[in-house]
Amino acid sequence: MNTHSDMQAGQDTALPGPTTSKTRLVVNGTERVLEVDNRTTLLDALREHLRLTGTKKGCDHGQCGACTCFVNGQRVNSCLSLAVMHDGDEITTIEGLGTPEDMDPLQAAFVAHDGFQCGYCTPGQICSAKATLEELRAGIPSHVTKDLLANPPLSPEEIKERMSGNICRCGAYANILEAVLDVAEAR
Amino acid sequence: MDFNTAAETNIFDRPKILGKAVPRRDGPLKTTGRAPYAYERHDVAEGQLVGYPLGSAIAKGRILSMDTEAARAAPGVRAIVTTLDMEAMPVPSEMHTAHLFGGDKVEHYHQAIAVVVAETFEQARAATALIKVEYDADEGAEFDLLAAYEKMKDTPVDPEVSKGDFETAFANAAHRIDRTYVTTPQNHAQMEPQATVAAWDENGNVTLWTSNQMIQWAKKAVAKTFEMDVEKVRVDSPYVGGGFGNKLFIRSDVVLAALGAKAAGQPVKLAMPRPFVMNNTTHRAGTVQRIRIGTDAQGKIVALAHEGTSNTLPGGSGEDATNQSQHFYAADTLLIATRLAEMHLPEANAMRAPGEASGLMGLEMAMDEMAEELGMDPVQFRLVNDTDTSPATGKKFSDRNFARCLTEGAERFGWENRNTTPGSRREGDWLIGHGVAGAFRPSPATTSGARVRLQADGRIIVETDMTDIGTGSYTIIAQTVAEAMGMDIEDVEVRLGDSAFPVSSGSGGQFGAVSSTAGAYAACTALRREVARRIGHNDADGLSFARGNVTAGAKETPLVDIAPEGEIVAEDKVKFGSFRKDRMVATFAAHFVEVGVNAWTGEVRVRRMLGVCDAGRIMNPTTALSQVIGGMVMGVGAALSEEIAVDTAKGVFINHDLANYEVPVHADIPEQEVVFLDTLDPVSGPLKSKGVGELGLCGVAGAVANAVYNATGVRAREYPITLDKLLDGLPEV
Ligand code: FES
Ligand code: FES
Repeated sequence: MNTHSDMQAGQDTALPGPTTSKTRLVVNGTERVLEVDNRTTLLDALREHLRLTGTKKGCDHGQCGACTCFVNGQRVNSCLSLAVMHDGDEITTIEGLGTPEDMDPLQAAFVAHDGFQCGYCTPGQICSAKATLEELRAGIPSHVTKDLLANPPLSPEEIKERMSGNICRCGAYANILEAVLDVAEAR
Repeated sequence: MDFNTAAETNIFDRPKILGKAVPRRDGPLKTTGRAPYAYERHDVAEGQLVGYPLGSAIAKGRILSMDTEAARAAPGVRAIVTTLDMEAMPVPSEMHTAHLFGGDKVEHYHQAIAVVVAETFEQARAATALIKVEYDADEGAEFDLLAAYEKMKDTPVDPEVSKGDFETAFANAAHRIDRTYVTTPQNHAQMEPQATVAAWDENGNVTLWTSNQMIQWAKKAVAKTFEMDVEKVRVDSPYVGGGFGNKLFIRSDVVLAALGAKAAGQPVKLAMPRPFVMNNTTHRAGTVQRIRIGTDAQGKIVALAHEGTSNTLPGGSGEDATNQSQHFYAADTLLIATRLAEMHLPEANAMRAPGEASGLMGLEMAMDEMAEELGMDPVQFRLVNDTDTSPATGKKFSDRNFARCLTEGAERFGWENRNTTPGSRREGDWLIGHGVAGAFRPSPATTSGARVRLQADGRIIVETDMTDIGTGSYTIIAQTVAEAMGMDIEDVEVRLGDSAFPVSSGSGGQFGAVSSTAGAYAACTALRREVARRIGHNDADGLSFARGNVTAGAKETPLVDIAPEGEIVAEDKVKFGSFRKDRMVATFAAHFVEVGVNAWTGEVRVRRMLGVCDAGRIMNPTTALSQVIGGMVMGVGAALSEEIAVDTAKGVFINHDLANYEVPVHADIPEQEVVFLDTLDPVSGPLKSKGVGELGLCGVAGAVANAVYNATGVRAREYPITLDKLLDGLPEV
């Protein structure tokens, strides 16, 4: 005979102090003030409170990249970050990049190159692709950068390395690469 | 529409839009984050509460008690349903093995044993952790497939196929091999975990907004599980974030959301936490495959035996790795047998190309070993054993161009420049190797219906409960309808995944594209007939539909003028006659792979891949290509990294998340080239096309494995081929 209870079991549920906080986010250019549970991730604040469901939850554990969005211009796994940590921050989600009628060049390139299938990893891929191009342009090196003093090249190897935190189980990688290269070269 | 004889020349033979690289129609919605997946349907039901599941912490035994007091008192909790509140619910269908909820009996780890419903996700999750469970675990349960195989392998079983006298032919063969291969269990790992929003109305009708490949199966399964009238169930699944077989059947998310919603008296949504998916849902069983091949002096196969063993819950069917070996290569004598090792691991069930995906991992490595034994080029060895007839059934293939796949592939890949002595080609730190494998996968078809609604403005709405799981259904159905009605594709709107729509084939077994487009064509044929009637003709035979007009002789009528008073609705389904079963309808491919293996560490990097596919008419080269490259990616995973690690003491899939179950990422995938042969298969269906979604995966892992052997001279017969299996045998550096 054995018993099972998860690690939180036995904890006093009536914790001292407030369990919710007021958080002000600037999301896709619009200020939003939320009263969120302190445990709410940035991802769930977007998906559940603001109903911006373009940012996806594939694992909730920082393992898949589906939840990638921008905080103050840098990409993050929004499932690994609590909403209350972002008071005053500027958040950009996939919805802020473009609309079906007016797509961002990367969004259009993903459609043109069929850089997706089921579409569930896609917003995260597009956000990471955008960040990848910006990081390359800013000269930030990666694991595969050979010369740390030179600007890293806009090469397939660099792009693939920097996109490797975004899993696509449909296996659209080759087409995603084409889409990203397309936009990179157009710039 | 009855499809009772091979298709003759028809409108799809001079296509304007079918067969063209039309961009995916759901692209703008998906790339801008506007396509709503199951858990995101905030707008479909007011007042959605959130459910969170609890899974069993033992694999086999009984639950003695569950203490929910603390959980019920936790903030925000509105309802709790535990498995002890009810008898075991009926198993949802004959295709399920595990029951999904109810009763005190535990059949596998993370079986759902409770659902907590609260106002928020955070509250539900925290309260779930407060439930205390007391178990009585069965000691000594068996969870080790290899150990089970050792015990059962010498006990004779009735073969599934026994053609000629295999034993004698094998004993007398000029050349022979006798090898055993192992594939580990695999997980579908689709990016969207199972999720459902459930709502009951006051009349006891339930609606499930969920993520499912087979809407009609889901609807019936819900009715069976809840012992209710099937007409009281509605299932809706317009966007599916990947399935690969993991969403063929309803799983516990559907049941828990519906139970929770009933208990709370309010709609409930529930998504499976990722770490719950692997043990709670299904997986591809592990296999042990003993393969014996005997040939004559020229390399013709005179004897082939494939015996497959796999794990399953009692009553299930595991993973039959032997199917392709009955049909793929000419063999004078055959012995095909399967054994099931019943054990209380999670439910083994279909994953993309069930059977062939793992069976070809064994067979195609064995073919490579046999070619080497013969001193023959492995391409040539396969060519010598090509056949136009299944050796097991004696039925002819409706259309088979496997030899072309091999020869055109070899040419394009530069096969003549391959490394021919294993372990001998070196570029810097890397050992270079080349491998080839064949692929075979049947291409079934099944009844599929659709409704087409010609609008007053000349547009058409298509409705069918077919699903698009990333396969491109939205796009190819729109192409089919635009082609059949002679319209611009922009004027066709496709609506999918709602059980209120006509019943389709659904998505599975690579039958979806063939069946659902034929179903849409059937509906269009009915609509053409009705349009003909409206303009004073008995049938549509003499009419032509083009550029948005219908033309009868010299008279041209725009479709906008046909139904000015309101829409015209036509509905039909395609039924595939038994004549199709007189032939073997199947798809074929040859895969060529180059790998580099680090000479010091044994790390394997795939350097280039080529697949040449024979799948009849390609309805959309863009979406078909995506299917195949996606399959090739999954094949790289199967070859090199994907392994569910089984805790053989506790019966737990221990690496149950996306960090520890390693699927390929961007950096793992090289340049991929895919060629579709320009073939047509009139026996397959009215569009003369076949499936590609599963074909793309078949054979890939074998080609990678053969390339690794060619690079290193080390034959690892246990997948995935990780560096620890190579290190000891690597050439001296
Ligand atoms: S959902 Fe955040 S990384 Fe997977
Ligand atoms: S498109 Fe399905 S996971 Fe990437």
